[in-house]
Amino acid sequence: MSHKITARLAGLVLLLAAVASHAELRIEITRGVSEAVPITIVPFAFEDEGAPDVDVAAVIEADLAFSGRFEPMERRDMVSRPTRPDEVRLEDWRLLDTDIVVIGRVKPAAAGRYEIEFHVFDVFRGQSLMAYNLPVSSDNLRGAAHRIADMIFEKLTGVPGIFSTRIAYVTVERDDGASRYRLWLSDADGARAGVIAESAQPIMSPTWSPDGRRIAYVSFETGVSRIFVQELATGRRVAVSSAPGINGAPAWSPDGTRLALVLGGVDGNLDIHVLTLSGRKLDRLTRHPAIDTEPAWSPDGRSLYFTSDRAGGPQVYRVTLDGASPRRVTFEGSYNARPRVSPDGEQLAMVHRVRENYRIAIMDLRRGGLRVLTDGQQDESPSFAPNGSMIIFATRERGRGVLAAVSSDGRVRQRIAGTEGDVREPVWSPYAR
Amino acid sequence: MPMQKLAILIVAAALFAGCARQTKPDDEAAGVVEPADEEFVTQPLTEDELFGEGRPLDGEFGAIDAPEAVIDQSVIYFDFDSSSIRPEYSDTIAAHADRLVNDSAQVVRLEGHTDERGSREYNIGLGERRSQAVRQALMLQGVRGDQIVTVSYGEEQPAMSGSDDEAWAMNRRVEIVYLR
Repeated sequence: MSHKITARLAGLVLLLAAVASHAELRIEITRGVSEAVPITIVPFAFEDEGAPDVDVAAVIEADLAFSGRFEPMERRDMVSRPTRPDEVRLEDWRLLDTDIVVIGRVKPAAAGRYEIEFHVFDVFRGQSLMAYNLPVSSDNLRGAAHRIADMIFEKLTGVPGIFSTRIAYVTVERDDGASRYRLWLSDADGARAGVIAESAQPIMSPTWSPDGRRIAYVSFETGVSRIFVQELATGRRVAVSSAPGINGAPAWSPDGTRLALVLGGVDGNLDIHVLTLSGRKLDRLTRHPAIDTEPAWSPDGRSLYFTSDRAGGPQVYRVTLDGASPRRVTFEGSYNARPRVSPDGEQLAMVHRVRENYRIAIMDLRRGGLRVLTDGQQDESPSFAPNGSMIIFATRERGRGVLAAVSSDGRVRQRIAGTEGDVREPVWSPYAR
Repeated sequence: MPMQKLAILIVAAALFAGCARQTKPDDEAAGVVEPADEEFVTQPLTEDELFGEGRPLDGEFGAIDAPEAVIDQSVIYFDFDSSSIRPEYSDTIAAHADRLVNDSAQVVRLEGHTDERGSREYNIGLGERRSQAVRQALMLQGVRGDQIVTVSYGEEQPAMSGSDDEAWAMNRRVEIVYLR
């Protein structure tokens, strides 16, 4: 009896602790947002006939908000809606506590083309920061809006924006025992999604070529795993690895000439290999009876991080391409897997188990120390944005896989809208070129 | 008590899965379905029985010890984070080994699976480890290596959807599929 009460009390204490830590989390997020720069994106004028199919200012606004670095003003709070520089009265905007004002116009140009003129003002210094005329084809207003958001982001933060980049991800739909696996591409915000490969058998582990023109992935379409490289512009694809047993976890080298991948062979011993794409030269990099998988290149192309359970549970190791023996990298916790290296090579994102929960954690490779960035139960597949500022990952919401993003400092978390079905394995593209 | 209940559920699940497997045309073509076993495999287990309170199986499922019955059991279930074949499957393994040894033209495909937790490619590795455990067990009983192919689907093809212990237990498995 008294045991029961003690247990209940303990439960209550735990519950309170949970509430408290949740509250702290909220405060953190709120503090994060209040550190964000207040910005106003005034709706852009549309000077052609009819209405545009894309609200350019709204797309810019959503992009900048998504970064967590900016807090856009609600439209209903705007005192006026200038669209030309001579209509901007900075003293009015000062009263509204907004630091930056962006205005613009979409103007008709040659047939099938527009020009977007936009201006960025620093309200408190009273100066124009940018004035730009961006030519665009009339069916790509959304792409132009992402481009403008990138330009504004870089001007104000000094870091290139990632709003024109894309993501690839996999969905599965199950219906009466039949499955459809689909590989998708979309804008980084989830818009303009399209299927690039589809199969009744699993599709896994998409990875971008560094020039953003090709994607490698694993497909089980013939009943066994094979690795394909698909050219995005043409849809043409080639099976680059069809060895007996497992062919998995492709990762493109930073110079684009090689694929790191995992082969299992007839005996099912997974080891890391490096395939040189021209000439198909294959080098075996690890040689261990444990599972070695999920290779990720360091940005200098000289080493690979990978998951191995050679010490029992999965941990991250690093191996250099000269064949030296692998060194263990992670020691915190009993489960660290699927490493991904930040673009500057200084941080490692991974799946980290906290009690029963699988979460995204980040590790500083110089100083060590692991930081858990997410709070889900089954968060997986972290992938860095090409500027390193954010990590996209898959999480579960009401029993369904969805995409989310977290800033690399853990301050801002976002759900990515617009993706349907059971979604997994998001991978962020390189910069658009 | 909870462990016992879980064990019962898993046995029940195994029988249930074996039963579901039988209806697949591949198995029929391979001659897995024998009329004598019809009564055994069609024992109806409702969802409540499987996943609610469970029910004691003693006596009613005694046929599990007979080799001709266990050959129908073509799914082997595993504990969390384990690729060890539980003792209760030794008869099943023996029955499949006998069949493969006696008919050397037979080829089986061992399909390894994991539950949904953790990293996907690492789970491919864990699923393969389970297929290999079954492959080794068959080869120890005289089956030739070239009669066996393995494949791992990791967590990609769950037998049961859901994110709870029951679904996870059903999904950590190796399916034995006769190819010809």
